[in-house]
Amino acid sequence: MPPSHDMLFKTLADPTRRGIFERLCREGEQTVGALTAWAGVSQPAVSKHLGVLKQTGLVLDRHEGRQTHYSAKLDALAPLTDWTSQMAGFWQSRFDDLEDLLKRMDQ
Amino acid sequence: MNATSVETRSVIVEREIAHPPEKIWRALTQPHLIEAWLMKSDFKPVIGHRFDFRTEWGAIDCRVVAVEPNRTLTYTWAARGLESIVTWTLTPSAAGTHLRMEQSGFRPDQEQAYQGAKAGWRRFFNQLDQSLAQAD
Repeated sequence: MPPSHDMLFKTLADPTRRGIFERLCREGEQTVGALTAWAGVSQPAVSKHLGVLKQTGLVLDRHEGRQTHYSAKLDALAPLTDWTSQMAGFWQSRFDDLEDLLKRMDQ
Repeated sequence: MNATSVETRSVIVEREIAHPPEKIWRALTQPHLIEAWLMKSDFKPVIGHRFDFRTEWGAIDCRVVAVEPNRTLTYTWAARGLESIVTWTLTPSAAGTHLRMEQSGFRPDQEQAYQGAKAGWRRFFNQLDQSLAQAD
């Protein structure tokens, strides 16, 4: 299941979390330690943000020894950039409302 | 430029609806009914009539292109530089009506323009693009 728009927007609405994601986009794979040094927040906070990003499918983790490396998964953004699927969703919900209206209308 | 840059894309939504075409036609063409399921508008089923759908984020400019009562309705649909054509087709069926909506004419560059503007995400995507360019 691809993440919903709501999930993606919610996940990226937090400036720190978005900053971490953008940094992974920009710099490629990073360890939690490297991200923590850059982010200016505690390591548990960074780990928590990475957990949320991972749940939404925006990042991948890779374990190597005692280190966990994170990388951005850009195809998770596809739902936001696919205009036709957005428009299809818009019309599907309009069809639902049209059917509701028809039920309320007189013949 | 390659061949795909001039290709257009379309969105098709179809549904069997348990109501006769005449009734659906009213819902598609009478402004007070259109407002109840789509958007507020000053629509008139007259070819060439210009109207707009009003939303909280702006207006969608439209022009009626084809009207065949109880059968087809076509109008242009221009929002934020994105031009397309919406065609409604009503076909009587055993259940009532087969209703089909096709919105066509999106070009990939229009899609990008729309996406860039949408919901204030332009900056974010620009930054992301720059990040991706730098990452290469």
